[in-house]
Amino acid sequence: MSTDLPTRFRDGKVPALARAISITEDQRDGFEELLHELLRAGPQAKRVGLTGPPGAGKSSLLALVANAYRALDERVGIVAVDPTSPYSGGALLGDRIRMNDLATDPGIFIRSMASRGSLGGLATTTKEVLDVMDAFGFERILVETVGVGQTELEITAAADTVVVVLVPESGDAVQAMKAGLMEIADIFVVNKADRPGAGRLAKEIRQALHLRAGEALHDVPAHHGVDLQNVPLELRPESSGDSERWEIPVLETNALDGAGIPDLVAAIGDHRAWLEGSGELAARRRHRTRGRVQDVVQREMRRVAWASDEVRRSLDEGVRGIERGEGTPYSVARDLLALLLR
Amino acid sequence: MTDPQRRIRVLVAKPGLDGHDRGAKVIASSFRDAGFEVIYTGLHQTPEMIVSAAVQEDVDVVAMSVLSGAHMTLFPRVRVLLDEAGADHVLVTGGGIIPESDMEALEALGIGRLFGPGTRTTDAIAYVKDWIAHQRTQ
Repeated sequence: MSTDLPTRFRDGKVPALARAISITEDQRDGFEELLHELLRAGPQAKRVGLTGPPGAGKSSLLALVANAYRALDERVGIVAVDPTSPYSGGALLGDRIRMNDLATDPGIFIRSMASRGSLGGLATTTKEVLDVMDAFGFERILVETVGVGQTELEITAAADTVVVVLVPESGDAVQAMKAGLMEIADIFVVNKADRPGAGRLAKEIRQALHLRAGEALHDVPAHHGVDLQNVPLELRPESSGDSERWEIPVLETNALDGAGIPDLVAAIGDHRAWLEGSGELAARRRHRTRGRVQDVVQREMRRVAWASDEVRRSLDEGVRGIERGEGTPYSVARDLLALLLR
Repeated sequence: MTDPQRRIRVLVAKPGLDGHDRGAKVIASSFRDAGFEVIYTGLHQTPEMIVSAAVQEDVDVVAMSVLSGAHMTLFPRVRVLLDEAGADHVLVTGGGIIPESDMEALEALGIGRLFGPGTRTTDAIAYVKDWIAHQRTQ
């Protein structure tokens, strides 16, 4: 690691940012000291995450949204995560193909990350890479998950605003409910809205969201019981009287012709205003900071646990003991822990 | 957990106007299967786009596929722009329909080995691995 990296980083040199990201991504020796050096200012950037199944159009949407922020003169940092092959450890990172329009804009920085065995939709170090980008001074950070579908929940720990992108081919809203996407979305987007079934999917998602919110479908004629359409307003059950709550919008977009993008950008802005106004932003950032500290402690504890010869020797002895019928993995683990926590 | 095994990052790019990307895709897939992290940027890249991507992605290698006959322009241009961007440590290599005399001329301009039709992917992989191993032990 070159010694003047933090200086060049603070001077706004793009190669220094790129190298700081590599050091973080590889967790090279000294990367935690480097992060400590770079991250003193704390989070400033507005972080937006896009998640959804592969081929939903996340990268294309992200490029359009990035362009919209460039028009507002925001500097935009982008992280796009693609899967690492569990067989070779290699990866084919192709998200830049959809972002070629942004390629030479000096106000945009795009970094592709391989997931490197992590299963939560982001790479192990993506959250830290976002922090590095934040510290570099981007006003807006956009992050796109791997897109394998049902376990993309880490994005909530990385972004302030989570946009879930679905397409008519994603299946019905039950698929989205199964995948846990209902809980993580701040904004729903049905992309490829020119295709058949887009309107139906959007409607189903809206209904599913209302169900989750415990609301009656007050604008839908009832099959059984009271038709709320005919009940005077003041007698209706409490709907969303709580103005503190965020109403998750369901938008339709078409990344090919840009339809719906202004609405998406506006919705992200509205969510931002809500985050700041309600105190939720502070809460999310606090939660994130807490998680980061825990991550570092866990990483270090894992390293320390197996670093000493004494522990490794005890493990070997314990395993031989188990083979002789003296003890179980649990008793050996208990002895090791006693040794470590002594 | 510190990972001492740094991944090899390679940008695979198709500069210029020819649309024949089969070779680039074959190389990109075989590099991936060799354990490299491959950033594939797609067709019709300008040298400026390639260099901008190479810097942002902090790659070790830029591998370009040129079948248009413009190799004498494109390879040196990318090399010069990389050097100007402070990325003189990045290897520029590639392949395509390139006469041997041109390969030699390009090598004199700081371009790495270039591979013609019929190249085994294993040769290209071995070349990159050897080059990286040599760089990282320096």
